[in-house]
Amino acid sequence: MAKKKFVVGCFDDEAVLFPAVKKVRTAGYKLHDIYTPFAVHGLDHAMGLRETSLHTAGFIYGITGTTTAISCISWIFTKDWPLNIGGKPHFALPAWIPICFELTVLFAAVGMVLTFCYLCQLAPFVKKHHFHARATDDLFVMVIECTDKTNTDDLKAFLSNSGAIETDLQFAEADWWVGRYDNDEIPFENKQELAA
Amino acid sequence: MHLKYESQLREPLVNGNKDYHQVTEDILRPIEAKPTKLWYLGFYIAVCLLMFGVYSVYREVTYGIGQWNLNKTIGWGWDITNFVWWVGIGHAGTLISAVLLLFRQGWRTGVNRAAEAMTIFAVMCAGQFPIFHMGRVWMAFFVMPYPNSRGPLWVNFNSPLLWDVFAISTYFTVSLLFWYSGLIPDFATIRDRATTKLRQKLYGTAAFGWTGSTKHWQRHESLSLVLAGLSTPLVLSVHTIVSFDFATSVIPGWHTTIFPPYFVAGAIFSGFAMVQSLLLIVRKVFDLEDYITLGHIEAMNKVIVLTGSVVGIAYLTELFMGWYSQNKYEGYTFWYSRAYLFSPYGWSYWGMMACNVISPQIFWFRKMRRNVYVTFFMSIIVNIGMWFERFVIIVTSLYRDYLPSSWSVYYSPTTWEIGFYLGTFGLFFTCFFLFSKYFPVIAVAEIKYVLKITGDNYKEQMSKVEVLPTEEFAHEYAH
Repeated sequence: MAKKKFVVGCFDDEAVLFPAVKKVRTAGYKLHDIYTPFAVHGLDHAMGLRETSLHTAGFIYGITGTTTAISCISWIFTKDWPLNIGGKPHFALPAWIPICFELTVLFAAVGMVLTFCYLCQLAPFVKKHHFHARATDDLFVMVIECTDKTNTDDLKAFLSNSGAIETDLQFAEADWWVGRYDNDEIPFENKQELAA
Repeated sequence: MHLKYESQLREPLVNGNKDYHQVTEDILRPIEAKPTKLWYLGFYIAVCLLMFGVYSVYREVTYGIGQWNLNKTIGWGWDITNFVWWVGIGHAGTLISAVLLLFRQGWRTGVNRAAEAMTIFAVMCAGQFPIFHMGRVWMAFFVMPYPNSRGPLWVNFNSPLLWDVFAISTYFTVSLLFWYSGLIPDFATIRDRATTKLRQKLYGTAAFGWTGSTKHWQRHESLSLVLAGLSTPLVLSVHTIVSFDFATSVIPGWHTTIFPPYFVAGAIFSGFAMVQSLLLIVRKVFDLEDYITLGHIEAMNKVIVLTGSVVGIAYLTELFMGWYSQNKYEGYTFWYSRAYLFSPYGWSYWGMMACNVISPQIFWFRKMRRNVYVTFFMSIIVNIGMWFERFVIIVTSLYRDYLPSSWSVYYSPTTWEIGFYLGTFGLFFTCFFLFSKYFPVIAVAEIKYVLKITGDNYKEQMSKVEVLPTEEFAHEYAH
């Protein structure tokens, strides 16, 4: 958890953004992320991100729901308390289909949303650094992580040439945190300095 | 160049010369402005209705079910009618969001947020009726299957009434999750534009720290798609299960196999009507005519005329089967208790026919589909008709069944029964007023997503594309 140096380039048109992403990647810069106001289709591929496996997780949660429903109901109605309902079979599978289906959907939906929040580190009171306030309004904000060797002025000029309407250099915490975050008062790092 | 191509011939879904920023401005304006006098007036009326409902329910809880006019013969009356009516209304939201998402219908983006909110509030209202109909409402938790100290005495998993508990609660939860996950990016937009500390804090908390990262959007898209895929059969299952409450019984008029599709069609029908009533007001009051266009209204009216006709066919099929089955009880229920105008509740059947089947046929005319006044009037008529439908199904089947000595024609609701119904209107509109003031009534991010494909100022750019030869077009756009 330490601050890093980033160069930020803001684009106002996705038609300009796509070629710029390609140029940045071929030039070998480390693309930290692109913040967009809406889901820009194909941008994940352009950035070289892998497909998400969230739907696979959803499938697993779903079958967990089905098994939970079938095992619970069959145990209750055949072992724990076999109820005689008009002499009908205790193991009345067709009558359980509605509940099995509902629990499948419930488990899949709740599980997926929780997984989504976990993967994206979304929760109330979580704070993250925002590279540009208009990233949720009308700008596509490309953030490039700098190394010691990166010439930031060159990079800024490179982004401007690629069509960025605004460029900026920022020192930022790339991770999330809860509550206050001041670089000058990071308790752990200060302690380390004292110990050393 | 854009990643999705839409023909120029299609009507634009966003009118006016909009860019991304303008979309944000237009949709978030009501949230950032002070509420109008009209809002306060409407909110006040809604809260008053809610309070009357709370008092009615208080009487019912304190003095018992005797506060209602239900009797041994007509054991389900206004309460279950209202329950089914509200659940039906609660179907359009998820239908718009989920089914139309799967069918790639661009026009859903303008109306899905408000429709989903309506779904959630309608299901909240619906849930009150079976819960308070239990009488000893403090024992409502008995419907939950958990190892208990009463045996353990489990619930009956073979009963449609218990399926209903699972169906409605799952539907509510999934709709809420779907709705909220869509709201997160829009809350982040409000947070980043906030001019006051309080607004920034509140919406910041609600936005869960959303940044708009591409990876997050990718997961968000996947989540929306899978939730849509799950919600589509869920919507169908919920009203199917509600119809099982009736269809699995042996009461004449209920014991029929066409109930599931007939109920689902009816639910979509009434749900869309309610969406029309609400959105016609919202677009006017909040100046959102550019986003909820006549095209949107026309599309919804097409759904209304289709589902209204499906429901009409179902009514006629039932009448036919009442005769064709040569079952005396079925015949009596359909041809006397319902279709005979001068039978004790015949008025409700013909009210239903007039509102649901005959009057929506006006929407075969394009001019009528695109007329906001006609649409608003019809949306109210349809909702009245759909209320009649549930009343017809429940009361006309119950009041005269097998045993003439237990016939009863004396069911009319008490003040507190009506008060409970009015109270749910209060609850619904209180929630909807709060929603329209504090939440973005249109999905901002989703409008931006379709803006460059369907916005009228971008449509013109497509003329160049329209003249391309097929090979060149395929080369540009296929991926």
